[in-house]
Amino acid sequence: MSEPSAVDPTPIDPRDDEAVSAAVDAALQAFAAAGDLEELKLAKIAHTGDRSPLALANRGIGGLDKADKAAAGKLVGQSRGRVNRALAERQGELEAKREAEVLVAESIDVTLPSARSAQGARHPLQLLQEQIADHFVGHGWEVAEGPEMEAEWLNFDSLNFGPDHPARQMQDTFFVDPPEAGLVLRTHTSPVQSRSLLERGVPLYVVCPGKVFRTDELDATHTPVFHQVEGIAIDKGLTMAHLQGTLDAFARAMFGPDSRTRLRPSFFPFTEPSAEMDFWFPQKVGGAGWIEWGGCGMVHPNVLRAAGIDPDEYQGFAFGMGIERTLMLREGINDMHDMVEGDLRFSARFGVNA
Amino acid sequence: MRVPLEWLSEYVDLSVVDDAHVLAAEFAGIGLEEEEYIGPDVTGPLVVGRVVTAEPEEHSNGKTINWCTVDVGESDPRGIVCGAHNFGPGDLVVTALPGAVLPGGFAIAARKTYGHVSDGMICSSRELGLGDDHDGIIVLSDLGLEGAPGEDAIPLLGLDRVTLDVNVTPDRGYQLSMRGIAREFAMLKSQDFADPADIDTDVPNASGFPVVLADSAPIHDVPGCSRFTALTVTGIDPSATTPFWMARRLLEAGMRPISLTVDITNYVMLELGQPLHAYDAQKLAGPITVRRARAGEQLVTLDDVTRKLDPEDLLITDAGTGEDGSRIIGLAGVMGSAALEVTDTTRDVVIEAAHFDQVSIARTARRHRLPSEAAKRFERGVDPALGPAAARRAADLMVELAGGTLSADATEAGTAPTPRVLEMPADLPTSRVGVAYAADEVVALLAAVGTYAEAVAGTQDSGTVLRVTVPTWRPDLLTPVDLVEEVVRAGGYDRIPSVEPQAPGGSGLTAAQRARRRVSNLLAARGLSEVLTYPFTSQNRADELLLPQDDERRTMVRLANPLGEDRPLMRSNLLATLLDAVVRNTGRGFKDVAVFEAGLVTEGGRPTDGPGPRFAPGHHPTADELAAVLRSVPAQPFHIAGVMAGHIELPGVLGDGRRADAHDAIDLVHRIAVANGQSIRAESAARAPWHPGRCARLLCADGAVFGFAGELHPKVCENLGLPARTVAFEVDLDALLAQPDTRDWDGALSTYPVSRQDVALVVDAQLPAGTLTATLRAAAGEELEALEVFDVYTGDQVPEGRKSVALRMTFRAADRTLTADEASALRQKATDAAAAQHGAEVRS
Repeated sequence: MSEPSAVDPTPIDPRDDEAVSAAVDAALQAFAAAGDLEELKLAKIAHTGDRSPLALANRGIGGLDKADKAAAGKLVGQSRGRVNRALAERQGELEAKREAEVLVAESIDVTLPSARSAQGARHPLQLLQEQIADHFVGHGWEVAEGPEMEAEWLNFDSLNFGPDHPARQMQDTFFVDPPEAGLVLRTHTSPVQSRSLLERGVPLYVVCPGKVFRTDELDATHTPVFHQVEGIAIDKGLTMAHLQGTLDAFARAMFGPDSRTRLRPSFFPFTEPSAEMDFWFPQKVGGAGWIEWGGCGMVHPNVLRAAGIDPDEYQGFAFGMGIERTLMLREGINDMHDMVEGDLRFSARFGVNA
Repeated sequence: MRVPLEWLSEYVDLSVVDDAHVLAAEFAGIGLEEEEYIGPDVTGPLVVGRVVTAEPEEHSNGKTINWCTVDVGESDPRGIVCGAHNFGPGDLVVTALPGAVLPGGFAIAARKTYGHVSDGMICSSRELGLGDDHDGIIVLSDLGLEGAPGEDAIPLLGLDRVTLDVNVTPDRGYQLSMRGIAREFAMLKSQDFADPADIDTDVPNASGFPVVLADSAPIHDVPGCSRFTALTVTGIDPSATTPFWMARRLLEAGMRPISLTVDITNYVMLELGQPLHAYDAQKLAGPITVRRARAGEQLVTLDDVTRKLDPEDLLITDAGTGEDGSRIIGLAGVMGSAALEVTDTTRDVVIEAAHFDQVSIARTARRHRLPSEAAKRFERGVDPALGPAAARRAADLMVELAGGTLSADATEAGTAPTPRVLEMPADLPTSRVGVAYAADEVVALLAAVGTYAEAVAGTQDSGTVLRVTVPTWRPDLLTPVDLVEEVVRAGGYDRIPSVEPQAPGGSGLTAAQRARRRVSNLLAARGLSEVLTYPFTSQNRADELLLPQDDERRTMVRLANPLGEDRPLMRSNLLATLLDAVVRNTGRGFKDVAVFEAGLVTEGGRPTDGPGPRFAPGHHPTADELAAVLRSVPAQPFHIAGVMAGHIELPGVLGDGRRADAHDAIDLVHRIAVANGQSIRAESAARAPWHPGRCARLLCADGAVFGFAGELHPKVCENLGLPARTVAFEVDLDALLAQPDTRDWDGALSTYPVSRQDVALVVDAQLPAGTLTATLRAAAGEELEALEVFDVYTGDQVPEGRKSVALRMTFRAADRTLTADEASALRQKATDAAAAQHGAEVRS
């Protein structure tokens, strides 16, 4: 068998310490000089192949005197061991180098647009309603719901709005045709108060976020379809102080730890005493200040009576505020159109976390 | 209610107010929310000028102007051009000098006009915001004012005054008067309150103008008119004009001066809160009769509108030329008729100060859309004791300002009211408000709002009880909790402490609430954007969606007063309105649009024949009554719909992308189902608005249909301007969530190896893959872990009208390793069933 060889195949005497050492040095040099795996392969054949000086020297041991054999065997064996270790080491180095080069060659531009599908989004009004629900659920309340098209009795009368109550005129109500049908699009989430009292009884701690309707044309600050959150708590011994405490905690959840609320006298048929509620808005444009937020009060005895609850035994409070207004104030949204038109750019600003 | 502060200062000590803005905030603290701060809007120099010379000059445009010199207190008079002619040399006028700014931002500067340099302006009432009924300029003597040239005219004319416009809540009618506001101010500032209605009144006598109260149809058993006071003033000077101070206050209060008699009635209404009416006594015929309208009667009101009257309308009538009550002279408490109004020739006046029922007036004002100042007060409640004082106050002003004579005749029909008395436990405010009010503090606070409270002996349980006498001007104070509000208001809402209640602990969100969030989040994560569309739609939209005439979605609830007749119906499906959001976005330049909406739809059809019952406030309905209420409300299931137009995988540097197709829409519905523990199946359906060959009906495990998905009908896309090949789904989430959870779980996962068997079955080209796989699944048994269709082929290799469906069957047993023979036998069982049921042939 003939093997290609760049090395002089002159045999080395396996007893010649110097010559064996020189062959080892030559091998180590050749391995070190190999710049890639191909070059190393050639050096490997030349220095460890069958016709390499050390292989030949090894073969020569067999013909030596018995006296020389042991020493020569030891010399050549150790030398070949050194060479093989050096080869393996260099092999490892060059393989690692090649792998690194492959990875470099495979690199991509990670700054290219990476989206293969559109970014979806939740509507921030829905997210805010969920956040509000979570706040109250975290305080031990539950979340109640009701229909958007509602019985007139539930939307008005059960809430102490008599048919001639002046406040009924304040409501710009969508009536179902014919108006005698006694159905309206709910003008507030308050009918859920009555539904909850009737269905769940007392003690009761519920919030109801939801859609409500008034006959306003859409403009920058009005929309015929909008959202409110209603809260009602009925228990033994609840007072306006508990209303204030609930609102303060809610304001902090919505507008930060520096927020709080204040109450001003007002009028609603379903509460007595009634109050307008302002919240302290630390981030208000032009400086922190009070902002009108909603209405509230102690639930009117007639509302409790309509639900079959003794107002002398149980009492409590209710409150309601606009979700749109809350979102507009918190996010600096100026125009109602943006919230109702469904433009993809609007929701994209909020993603899935308002 | 506009509160001119100068007027208010007549009744209370306003010197304690340094800043009207602070007062506005304090008013808000007692329930008078600020609507508007109406501050001075004239800045000087605005001075008194004496006209020195006034030379008329005729100009080529046909106008005659006056070239004047006016002494404004400087060394030389100023030259001013003036277009008015109601003045002459010697008159004191109001002169705006260069640098002055008049209402509307009208800046005065010296300017060249009509060949002169006009170095200022002689002002009219209109230019100063003092009214619009004067053609000429202001001559101070006409207003009864005096001044010296150069004197600042701003305070002289009251142009530095502030008016606070405050919002009066509907329960507090008494605040619609200076009397009521002054009372609130006195409470706020702990001042004594001198009631302007506390004046001597006339003793009624038989010679007063005859008045008959003849209400034959009281509403809720409350007479339409409980009390009617009339006084007569004779011999008034028709040429007498409204004094400047009164006109000024009326204007500040937002009313236009009209004539002295009318202005006096308006002034007294604003001052005391009692609407008044003045009749020309010469035109009144016979007794005034207060009665309800009769069917068919009409009235031309002061605003020249002919109104058809309703039998519920309360009327003021006289005899006219016929019998008593035959001539209608006014809608009681709302508006008079043109016929009997006082005019510039009226010399004798009958003043009406009546008390009308809130409900009756509210209904009439609403029915005829006449929210007059009088009606506004009556429907909120006027003090029923006020009539005699108000009539006398108006009569006194007519005597003083118009030179009239108060007749000794005084009419009083009806009855004087008696104050209401309420009993309230003294600790009720504390138990409702959470502020510790001592009993004597409650008494004091109730006194501050004008009621009178005294402690009476209570029972052992009730503790101290207060007997509270409610004044007649507070008809809104009906129950003890109404008094609680007065206590907390007078004491200050800012005293309420902040205490968080401890709820007993709820059970978190309901399963349905969590499912709704889950589904919406899933769709958002799949690249869809949530939108909220208005639920208003039309039959026209149903036509555009190609809904068949008998489609149940065409039965929709109609609104009696929709925003627009183009969309009077409540949507029965979300796509009816959601598709508009897609069109809007493509119209705004988006090529790829994926949106969804989650919300209620309204099922059409009347759930009940009759109207939903209503009960009086405070009435607790019986179980049957409540059921009737709940039954009257149409079903409103919670739907979720999504629409995808254009690419679902975006084209770009990463690849060519992929357009959404019907399978994407169907897949989303499957994912919604899986996310809620449901396995559903699809079957082909022909259902608008979808493409009849590319629509899936989606069925729950029990076979209930809960939605549809697929590609929209090309004609629907064309009708609405949607991109071609838009796909969509809509599902009834309530129906899905009503299903029992179908996930089965036998306790442990098998860890034995799988055996995969591939097979190609040649079947009829029309056979749905889902039908084939259902057969295979059923026949193969529970060891078939997965069944996957990986190719469907039609072409040369299979006969005409047939297709080859390539399937991969993955078998795994729970208790052992399946041998190849066992797996093959299971496959064979499955394909034998397919052969038997569908004529499937195994393709070799």
